[in-house]
Amino acid sequence: MDRKLVVSSSPHLKTTESVQSVMIDVLMALFPAALAGVIFFGAPALITMVLTTVSAMVTEAIILRQKNIFGDGSAAVAGLLLAMVLPPTVPWWLAVIGGITAIVIGKQVFGGIGNNIFNPALVARAILMASWASHMTNWVRPVDLATAATPLALGQRAFSFTDLFIGAIPGCIGETSAFALMLGAGWLFYKGHITWRIPGGFIGTVFVMGFLFGGYSGAMAMISAGLFHVLAGGVMLGALFMATDMVTSPVTAKGQLIFGIGCGLLTMLIRIFGTFPEGVMFAILIMNALTPLIDNKTLPRRFGEVAK
Amino acid sequence: MSVMSEFSKGIIKENAVFRLMLGLCPILAVTTMAEFGLGMGIATTAVLICSNLVISLMRRIIPTKVRIPSFIIIIATFVTMVDMLLNAYLPALHAQLGIFVPLIVVNCIILGRAEAFASKAPVSHSLADGLGIGLGFTLSLTLLASVRELLAAGSIFKINLLGAAYEPFMVFGSPPGAFLALGLLMALVNMLSKKYKLE
Repeated sequence: MDRKLVVSSSPHLKTTESVQSVMIDVLMALFPAALAGVIFFGAPALITMVLTTVSAMVTEAIILRQKNIFGDGSAAVAGLLLAMVLPPTVPWWLAVIGGITAIVIGKQVFGGIGNNIFNPALVARAILMASWASHMTNWVRPVDLATAATPLALGQRAFSFTDLFIGAIPGCIGETSAFALMLGAGWLFYKGHITWRIPGGFIGTVFVMGFLFGGYSGAMAMISAGLFHVLAGGVMLGALFMATDMVTSPVTAKGQLIFGIGCGLLTMLIRIFGTFPEGVMFAILIMNALTPLIDNKTLPRRFGEVAK
Repeated sequence: MSVMSEFSKGIIKENAVFRLMLGLCPILAVTTMAEFGLGMGIATTAVLICSNLVISLMRRIIPTKVRIPSFIIIIATFVTMVDMLLNAYLPALHAQLGIFVPLIVVNCIILGRAEAFASKAPVSHSLADGLGIGLGFTLSLTLLASVRELLAAGSIFKINLLGAAYEPFMVFGSPPGAFLALGLLMALVNMLSKKYKLE
């Protein structure tokens, strides 16, 4: 800059952040969990992740007629997040249909990024679940990939807390390792892309509900029941990466807390009283639908505004 | 407007499903198989032509104040006839369509055409209008049902097209899939008609 004095209209402070830079941060944050998925479930997990991500990016590039296949990166994030919530054993065509569905029905029919009501990856998962339920609930054990049931179906005593924490349990590719997910989410916290409110409300509510409904057999047993519900299934992935999706979650501080608590409440209601073993997907989708309402009702008062 | 243009407008320009968005209840409910879509479309068209004809003939006799009850009685008469005819000659289809045949009485396309068109237009135009709108409705219903049957069962009119190894895209056989398929088809029709200036 050779001129000393620049005269311009506001805004004077500009962020270097762009949609693409945020999406790259999210991809980096997803890397530990993706790596954990590949370590635990091997080649099938890697193939599924590549298929969903590539099919999502190609679909988006075709719809938007963009030459650069990566674009703003949001399609890659949606595709990778979808793979995270698929079992490692899904057939290749299911992964590809999922990637296409996430972009077409999850996002582009609403008008593209920023306009979608629901989390695209979860929309795709819900549609796949309604279409090919047997493929979508075909769980396998880590490493030897033998057919197995998930911790939520088996109950609390089937796996140790160490296994639950590092992720050596049957489940979706990216949801099993709480440790890797927390590591990745730490990066998003550090960059300021997510706040504690949604994950905190979500995980806190799940813990409290697990604590209260885990059978009244002493404080330790109740705490471990709460902890079990937090670590088993998709709560960590849902709370840290799905519910915090900037487009489909509230923007007000109070609204984010309500959103998180609502997700946790619905998840646990489905887990404890529902017919499905897992409720994170439905909980987040339902709360996504309520997001505009929550935002509307939690608008902070403007400075000097008198309450009605 | 000539008789011919009254007929042809119902197919694309004023298509009951994709343009006017009328009669969506039977569209979503019975379009799981192509033959149900076609059957429902033909039944509705038959009622629509007859009711348009009679209402147009009686348009100077019916007092304005009680026109809606009069239309409903005329429509209900023809729906009952169609219901009984279907039951007698096509019992299998009748069993599949079930409650949606009697419900043609409250199909808003039929009452809509009666109120907006047949009660004000000469008989020839009303007949052409009923035929055109009915044909457009039948075509859209069959199209939607074919798409859903193809995705959810791999066949169209029960003729298997995708082979035995096809794993059905079950969601399109279910009610949410009806909304999805209708929305996507509507987007496609809008896109194509914009492109080929069919507005």
